[in-house]
Amino acid sequence: MLLVEAEGEKEYKVIGFKGGKGVFHKLLQMGFVPGDQIKVLRKAPLGGPVLVEVNGRMIAVGRGVAEKIQVEE
Amino acid sequence: MRCVLVGQPNSGKSTLFNQVAGYKAHTGNFSGTTVTYTESKVRVAGDVMDLVDLPGTYTLAGSNPAERETLNYLGSHHVDVIVNVIDASHLAQGLELTLELLDLGYPTVVGLNMMDEAARYGMRIDGLKLQELIGTPVLPLIASKGRGVRNLFVTAQRNAERRIIPPRPEYESIIEQAIQDIVQGLDGRRHNLNPQALAVKLIEMDAENLVANLKKMEIDAPDLLERVAGLQNKIRNVRGQDPIWVLSAERHIMAANLVRQVVELGKRQISWRDRLDDLLLHPFWGYLLLVAILLMFFEAIYGVGSAVERPLLTVFNSVESNLIALIGSETFFAGVISGILQGIAGGVAIVLPYLVPFLLGLGFLEDIGYLPRVAFMMDALMHRIGLHGKAVVPFIIGYGCNVPAVMSTRVLEDRRDRFLASALATLVPCAARLAVVFGLVAFYLGPRVALGIYLFNLLIIAITGKVISTMLPEETPGLILEMPVYRVPTLRTVFQKAWFRAKEFVVEAWPILIIGSVVLALLNYFRFANYLNVLVRPLTWLLGLPGQTGVPLIFGILRKELSLVMLRQALGVTDFSAALTQGQMISFTVFVVFYIPCLATLAVLRRELGYRDTLVIAGLTVMIATIAALAARGFVWFFY
Repeated sequence: MLLVEAEGEKEYKVIGFKGGKGVFHKLLQMGFVPGDQIKVLRKAPLGGPVLVEVNGRMIAVGRGVAEKIQVEE
Repeated sequence: MRCVLVGQPNSGKSTLFNQVAGYKAHTGNFSGTTVTYTESKVRVAGDVMDLVDLPGTYTLAGSNPAERETLNYLGSHHVDVIVNVIDASHLAQGLELTLELLDLGYPTVVGLNMMDEAARYGMRIDGLKLQELIGTPVLPLIASKGRGVRNLFVTAQRNAERRIIPPRPEYESIIEQAIQDIVQGLDGRRHNLNPQALAVKLIEMDAENLVANLKKMEIDAPDLLERVAGLQNKIRNVRGQDPIWVLSAERHIMAANLVRQVVELGKRQISWRDRLDDLLLHPFWGYLLLVAILLMFFEAIYGVGSAVERPLLTVFNSVESNLIALIGSETFFAGVISGILQGIAGGVAIVLPYLVPFLLGLGFLEDIGYLPRVAFMMDALMHRIGLHGKAVVPFIIGYGCNVPAVMSTRVLEDRRDRFLASALATLVPCAARLAVVFGLVAFYLGPRVALGIYLFNLLIIAITGKVISTMLPEETPGLILEMPVYRVPTLRTVFQKAWFRAKEFVVEAWPILIIGSVVLALLNYFRFANYLNVLVRPLTWLLGLPGQTGVPLIFGILRKELSLVMLRQALGVTDFSAALTQGQMISFTVFVVFYIPCLATLAVLRRELGYRDTLVIAGLTVMIATIAALAARGFVWFFY
């Protein structure tokens, strides 16, 4: 599934990314490494960003980006 | 001796710099507050060294301006020692950058900052063991309280003097082989980086950057280029990924291994800071609080600003009239004097009273960690006008003054985003335009009409954003932003930061204001006004305004509130309602709100975006202002 479809307060595993190099790079820097666990903390209303905990950091990920991150429970 | 500070955003690097160098760098609980580097001479244990604060960056291989700046600096300057600041509470990620730095082959010292924060997370870090594992000094540090600072720099100095270069991290064999191959290909050609370091960086570069960078490094070697490309292809074939990802994945694993060996995880203490987001990011209360906080913010600024502005203006006016009475009002000299005085008054009495409290408030919101939350909350809305959440900052700042607003667009990665955000931010009515809206519309037509103008302004900004973003389709996918933990700001840093930013206005914009005012006074003296009025008559005619409004509109470019001050002179009345109809007041004000940003803003736009984009933005705003003023005229004609 994609990160946009993930639910709040649940843990997921990053599988991979779809799409552009730029995003991929930035996400890796922020610690979204395939195979790692992440936790979805909350989602902003009205198509806003998803707030995710990665390695103890809170990262806000816009919807457009969250549509490119593949995760599984 | 040159010592360079490198660290990830929010690692406390700039705080450390300011501890040592006095206040010179921006700190903020918001990534990207330092975009260019700051250099300062500091005294450590009796010796003077050059200390350089580089922008916070997650990696050296990145693509945004802050990241490029860091690598460019390290590759093109003489560096004696790197001081790498790591946020101990996010050790694994910090170490990924450390490993990249160790690649470079400079003497390196690591400062483990925010050990107190790490303890709160229940992390116990064995610094000595880490030091042993990476082979370079690792020292505890609490930069905000100045603890461990001296020790860190003394060690850095010692390692620099002895040129103690830490071992390079070892990658898997295919990478190591490629490094050897490139080192051979370099064939003794010299560069600031040592051959191995340069090899690693070359392997990581993508094709376009490779050519450009080799040229910049003055390494003219087609054979080398071919060799690197060949090796990159080999890595790509074997690993199925671009070399840059292969290397960053390796560093990720190395860092995770290091953390496993040196960190003992205990229980995490939950505090008010963890609960605060439940409220501030709440889908209902969060927005209510956002509006309340911003309203309070502006109430406070206008309260302070107007309380200071009025008495100061009275003082300046009486000084001016006394001086002119002394010299004689019709002399050339009197014109120059009153021009200079008006320019000074514009800065002291009109801009600074709003700018200073604004910067203090902004610094507070920034250091506490609220701005990234605002970006989170506003992301969805900002997408409607073709930007993402981070771009909300220039808009908020724009209501105070467009100058710092345009400067703050530097936090955006993409040039297109910076252009769009700057263009829209210049449409935001700043404190000076507030003076026009209040002095003319609110005073003669009532506060509700003034509020209407503000809402109309928002509508126009939204439409403009929509139109420009359809013409410049979005390339960036959107927001990826770290939310730092809430921190209690220290008054000292908030004040120092406000002072630092206010200085940018004083140094860069104020002189232009004063020169402009003198030019204006001289034009007045030589009776140029009539020619200028004729020149812009087509525009004033179109908007249904009297011909004399031409000069105030032109000189509003110098300082927006001048268009109101001069309007009184130009029309020769003290009561505007005697010379202008209500509809004319509205068209005039709407035009003033939107057209060409003031000279100071233009100067900053040119610095941030270059001449061409500045001209585009100036032209665009005139067009928007004309359309908006015509729309307002039509609206008034229809309803009154």
